[in-house]
Amino acid sequence: MSSHYEAPIRKPLVIGEKSYHDITVDVARPVEGRANKLWWTVFTIALVAFLWGVASMAYTIGTGIGTWGLNKTIGWAWDITNFVWWVGIGHAGTLISAVLLLFRQKWRMAINRSAEAMTIFSVVQAGLFPIIHMGRPWLAYWVLPIPNQFGSLWVNFNSPLLWDVFAISTYLSVSLVFWWTGLLPDFAMLRDRAITPFTKRVYSILSFGWSGRVKDWQRFEEVSLVLAGLATPLVLSVHTIVSFDFATSVIPGWHTTIFPPYFVAGAVFSGFAMVNTLLIIMRKVSNLEDYITIQHIELMNMICMITGSIVGVAYITELWVAWYSGVEYEQYAFLNRASGPYWWSYWLMMTCNVISPQVMWIKKIRTNIMASFIISLVINVGMWFERFVIIVTSLHRDYLPSSWTMFQPTFVDAGIYVGTIGFFFVLFLLYSRSFPVIAQAEVKTILKSSGEFYKKARDNKENHQSLNH
Amino acid sequence: MYTFSKNLKTLAIVLMALGIIGIAYGFFNAPKTTAEVEQILTEQAHHDGGEHHSVSEADHDAHQKHLEHVLTQMQNKPWTAVYVACIFVMLISLGILVFYALNYASAAGWSPVLFRVMEGLSAYLLPGSIIFFILLLVSSFGGNHLFIWMDPAIVEHDVIIQNKTGYLNVPFFLIRAIIFLVGWNLYRVYARKQSLKLDETGDLSYHKKLFKATAVFLVFFIVTESISSWDWIMSIDTHWYSTLFGWYVFASFIVTAITVIAFATLYLKSKGYLEHVNTSHIHDLGKFMFGFSIFWTYLWFSQFMLQWYSNIPEEVTYFIFRIQEYNVPFFGMLLLNFVLPVLLLMNSDFKRLGWIISMAGVSIVFGHYIDFYLMISPGTVGGSWSIGITEIAALMFFAGLFIFAGFTSISKVPLLVKNNPLIEESKHFHY
Repeated sequence: MSSHYEAPIRKPLVIGEKSYHDITVDVARPVEGRANKLWWTVFTIALVAFLWGVASMAYTIGTGIGTWGLNKTIGWAWDITNFVWWVGIGHAGTLISAVLLLFRQKWRMAINRSAEAMTIFSVVQAGLFPIIHMGRPWLAYWVLPIPNQFGSLWVNFNSPLLWDVFAISTYLSVSLVFWWTGLLPDFAMLRDRAITPFTKRVYSILSFGWSGRVKDWQRFEEVSLVLAGLATPLVLSVHTIVSFDFATSVIPGWHTTIFPPYFVAGAVFSGFAMVNTLLIIMRKVSNLEDYITIQHIELMNMICMITGSIVGVAYITELWVAWYSGVEYEQYAFLNRASGPYWWSYWLMMTCNVISPQVMWIKKIRTNIMASFIISLVINVGMWFERFVIIVTSLHRDYLPSSWTMFQPTFVDAGIYVGTIGFFFVLFLLYSRSFPVIAQAEVKTILKSSGEFYKKARDNKENHQSLNH
Repeated sequence: MYTFSKNLKTLAIVLMALGIIGIAYGFFNAPKTTAEVEQILTEQAHHDGGEHHSVSEADHDAHQKHLEHVLTQMQNKPWTAVYVACIFVMLISLGILVFYALNYASAAGWSPVLFRVMEGLSAYLLPGSIIFFILLLVSSFGGNHLFIWMDPAIVEHDVIIQNKTGYLNVPFFLIRAIIFLVGWNLYRVYARKQSLKLDETGDLSYHKKLFKATAVFLVFFIVTESISSWDWIMSIDTHWYSTLFGWYVFASFIVTAITVIAFATLYLKSKGYLEHVNTSHIHDLGKFMFGFSIFWTYLWFSQFMLQWYSNIPEEVTYFIFRIQEYNVPFFGMLLLNFVLPVLLLMNSDFKRLGWIISMAGVSIVFGHYIDFYLMISPGTVGGSWSIGITEIAALMFFAGLFIFAGFTSISKVPLLVKNNPLIEESKHFHY
């Protein structure tokens, strides 16, 4: 890794006069303490939402997909919208832990743990939709190429929906391994601090006997780097494959080659917005403001601004090519988005995704916590509508005008979506009380190069030296 | 201070001289009339062992049309050779400037020792843009047939092109080109100026100014890069379109640009000029070459696979023609642009070795030349293509000019930036 020298121009990443021990205590505090009333209130709300979702799913499977608002023209709507939305959100976690690791971004260390947790929990939500949107979900195992008694009847590997199966399952497994490997030293820290035999036992099991020897650390770093190198193409390819679900088709508005990188940019965009939302709350309630600083929020905002601009360029490219192509179906698809019956969703998407991140050019706004929080929420609304617009507006009016129709979601559609949000927060709330939410082992590696106290000490020393000369 | 070595200067001049001769040969050798084309085709048929069958009266008209078609292609051939080499080398210098801007905007701690190399090499952007703009002017005023939409006789019978004339018309096309080229060059001049002022004065306000200008440039770039690749490359195949195209072109030249930076760095280091550059810097450049090679392949595959998969006749002809007429370069460039760089640059120790970087680099540069050739030539030369004296000469000419302009600029100021706030990090960079 880079040397201990750090340019004075860089702002500190750990605020205050922290020692290694302080970091341990600060990170362990939420785990070792007891949950307060607020936590239980929020948890209960999330749990109720989750149970409501479970009921909606059970109702769907028991009664049939007809309980949803789908019709003969629009076979995909909220189900796949939510699926893509959740997968997209999940991408920021891998981006923060893998891509930012490859780019040696030290600031990722305070946020990678929670971002990865967010990845895993949102991929779990995403993973529900491919199953429950099936007409016969109990035959879902048929998508796997396993030898069977139908004369070894196999799957057709030409379908992007099958690629989705491989992409999502690989993505979940690799993310889980990556996350867990990083957790080993931190679980070991909790194990060593545990007072009750029960917690001692739990964290002993979770930490896999980590003892932090030199050889272990050396291999640990190497594994992290290899996994980061693998996770980066993985994160690109997963959302690319998700985009193939649409782009390989012949539907105007779906069949476009920019989808692969543009979906990935959108995923990073929405994922970072979600990380921002969660961390702005977490730094407050878990007293981690010294680690997740304004600078972290500012940098996340900048990434939102950049990816938001990339998405904006892609929108304009699509519009321009639709005109340039001279294909009237393509041109109509975009005319319909902008001025058809779903015009409001298109303009909502445009406002939220293209305009809102542009305010981040102003330093006052991107370093303002309240503004960042609001904009990060706005982005996630916008990105939900992006998927909705792509899916529904392309389907409800395409080649044959006699097949044109509208889409109206039912309470079951909504119930399942709310349920996944509930489930996500159930998992995330449980995580934030039982896992070390900051990778303390990693933060300790940057304390002396990027900690405020040490940076100041270094500056003072340099000043003294120059005075002496 | 670097002094432009005599050997290198001679090499650049020889490359340019040979290039001009080769290009002149190409234009001289291009057929002027359909009769000459017929003769060439007959000879080719004999070479291939085929029989020259006599043409019946009824077929005569069709045959004459075919000859005219081939004549246009053959006359386009030297133009295409010059155009491909010109845009390729110009975009490389633009790519170097963009890589510089990216490093500046992201406050990279490893690269400031290479800033002067990047600033210097991007000096080609100005002469490169001027020559390129002249080429665009020649095409716009009927000097050649590279862009079929510029030919009123074709547009007259082509409804698809007629629908696009709101965008594809010569005045608008040239205005756009001026805006893009001037914009890029302005940033380059400004960046160089601020960087030198920072060197002289140590006043950090120049750093801040440059930082802000860089952010603005990158926004300007992402927009103009997309549009310019539609204008200068995609519009050659006027009927075809792909939304991904602009980003695909970007991936192609940025990876080549990083490779060229690596080449120049290795060269200067070997001559003992870059004191603070160590194998870690080379390693980082190698990683970028590796990563962007994969990124290019990702975009290549996405664009190709999606059109192949849905097989919509209007757009898939683009690839069918390339697979049928340009089979070896079309798939061969995947070896050069993906397989070789990835295999060579996977190993961490290898990325620290100059000769490995050079080997992978040669593969990348030639691979992406072929990539640009394949984007342009099928639309201008069609089936009458070959990579011969003219193509190589054109590449030599622009490479020579690139070396001349780049290293002249490098030799004018010290090779190490002085007061950049991150220079100390870069000097001590070790990975």
